[in-house]
Amino acid sequence: MNRKPHMGDKRITRRTMTAGLGASVVAGIAPMNIVRAQDATLKVGVLLPRSGAQAGIGQDCQRGVDITPGLLKDLGMPPLQIMNGDTETSVEVARSRAEKMISDGAQVLVGAFDSGQSTAIAQVAEQKGIPYVINIAAAPQITEQGYKFVFRNFPTAGMILADAFANQKELFEATGAAPKTVVFMHVNDTFGTAMKGGIGAVMPKFDMPYKIVDTIAYDPTARDLSVEVAKAKATGADALLMVSRLNDAILITRELVKQRWSPMAILSMGPGWYEDQYLKTLGKIADGPLSFVPWYDPNKPMSKKLDEALAKAHPGVNLNTNHVYTFEALLVAADAFKRARSTDPKALADAIRQTNITDNVSPGPGIQFNEKGQNDKLKDSAIQNRAGKLVTVAPKVAANAKVEWPLQPYDRRG
Amino acid sequence: MPTDIYLNVAVSGVLTGLVYGLMALGLSVIFGVVRVVNFAHGEMTTVAMYLAVVLFATLGLDPLLMMLPIAGVLFVFGYAMQRWLINPFISRPEHSQFILLVAVAIILANGLLIVFGPDARSVQTSYAFDSFMIGPLIVDATKTFAGAAAIAVAAALFAFFRFTRLGTAIRACADNYTGAQVVGLNVPRLYALTFGLGAACVGAAGAMLALITDVTPPLGPSFTLLAFVIVIVGGLGSMPGALAGGILIGVVAAMAGLFYTPSAKGMFVFAILVLVLLFRPQGIFGRRA
Repeated sequence: MNRKPHMGDKRITRRTMTAGLGASVVAGIAPMNIVRAQDATLKVGVLLPRSGAQAGIGQDCQRGVDITPGLLKDLGMPPLQIMNGDTETSVEVARSRAEKMISDGAQVLVGAFDSGQSTAIAQVAEQKGIPYVINIAAAPQITEQGYKFVFRNFPTAGMILADAFANQKELFEATGAAPKTVVFMHVNDTFGTAMKGGIGAVMPKFDMPYKIVDTIAYDPTARDLSVEVAKAKATGADALLMVSRLNDAILITRELVKQRWSPMAILSMGPGWYEDQYLKTLGKIADGPLSFVPWYDPNKPMSKKLDEALAKAHPGVNLNTNHVYTFEALLVAADAFKRARSTDPKALADAIRQTNITDNVSPGPGIQFNEKGQNDKLKDSAIQNRAGKLVTVAPKVAANAKVEWPLQPYDRRG
Repeated sequence: MPTDIYLNVAVSGVLTGLVYGLMALGLSVIFGVVRVVNFAHGEMTTVAMYLAVVLFATLGLDPLLMMLPIAGVLFVFGYAMQRWLINPFISRPEHSQFILLVAVAIILANGLLIVFGPDARSVQTSYAFDSFMIGPLIVDATKTFAGAAAIAVAAALFAFFRFTRLGTAIRACADNYTGAQVVGLNVPRLYALTFGLGAACVGAAGAMLALITDVTPPLGPSFTLLAFVIVIVGGLGSMPGALAGGILIGVVAAMAGLFYTPSAKGMFVFAILVLVLLFRPQGIFGRRA
């Protein structure tokens, strides 16, 4: 085809087109931050993936932020000025937003759900000397760097795996049935690869009744997971061992139904399968998966208060990990501010290091940090999806229901 | 590994590739005639997906039935955009056009974010979980319908350009701009029509993509990138190339996931792009300039 004469000798070359395309991709979505800040209170920058692939979970964490002020007031804690920031599910954006928030006056940072994004924020916080309380992120290395301003009230990948295997064995013993083989599917992001690495180190210690016949890593932002599920099905494994996110968990479930594969069990050791959006999107297809995850102790008084506050603010939304650990991260910040009586970063970091909150929500003795800034006393639970609700099935001390085993085949759900 | 998995995965790759090919077809049609590279292509696809989601959620209308109305809406949008926004930039340097369309892309994506929020939305039709058993083959019903619709829309577009006077006039504009003006063709109007047709392809593809994948506002750039890879592999400006490129990319991604690792699907897709640029820079179906 001929070029238009009025374009002269300016031609669209691959180079110019690539430059334009690069600009288009890099530009992506313009930042849409809402920053609210006032003086004379503790300014807490809450960084979450409010848009991008993890937006659903980021918004769910935000519900935890929404219900915190009322609860802090009831506990006699000082109020917090929340500065909201969006990481756009990007490590690079998380880093730049953290820097921006600190320059805008944030005195404590909280977030960011994702290990990769949290790692970037931790580096900024340490460099700037601003305390950072991680709400959710499991990659062990974050608290292995010798950081003085980084604190994590969330189990590491190793802790999650150890509790997951222990709880799985408890369920296998209770039901008298266990898979002999599993196929392990995991997201290939920082969290997923940390969990994969942890399995090799932790699983041998638990003498599990199954062996992993294949490991399938995939992109958490993939739009189509049919090949991944076909490959998993072809292994002939009894059960599916998962480390996923939300959107991919929904895609995988759809593919399980379409490819007519109902494994004996879906054993998830990450987010996705218990999220409200998963339950609402898939309806009765969502029933059955078991999630071995950081959860809450339903018997603790604060759990009931948090549950009530969530029910009031967001009717129909089940209390979950996102709300619990985001609330607790903000509780840690408020508690430290109350004791430090100062917004000085070092005084706040020292106060956080001395944290001893026993009136909390997560399982275990409470919130304390070791010398690395890690709460190493947290315990996990096993939960199961039942008719749009979530029940705790292990450990026995925190259970409120018996496990339904095996997974009801998808083609027999009416 | 059972042998039927190879066939299953190949069929899945072909069906997905057909829909991606239709999406890329819009980009190829626009570039082939108007010579404007539409960097808002992915965002326009996302807009079409949201239209399908909204029509289904509010009126229960199946995206397959709504494919033509949505294509019509996008046609009007594309026509208006070319006539009143892009046309003044036609004689300006390419980078001005690029920045204009990148700006349109950002506005569309953020508009969607404001209106719909960041949560993923999907269409749950009565056949959303269905699949066909054909011997050892398990074929996804949704992808089958979407793939068939993609072939129908592409065939209609080919027929339009081949057998109608208007299509012939548009091809004349693409082949010889000066000649088209000399014989009295209204080139600005034909450009707007072409942009509208390209946008209509995007609308049809978006309606079908809503059946296959969840939609979120930031999805646009990845669709734009995918469409570019497909049209460069198939041949920039070539309509058969876009569809063939879509199928090739769909199958290569699926097979890479099966034979190597799903994490490397993107790597193999871009490897194909590099190979095509090295050994056949005009694309598989493209004509050497």
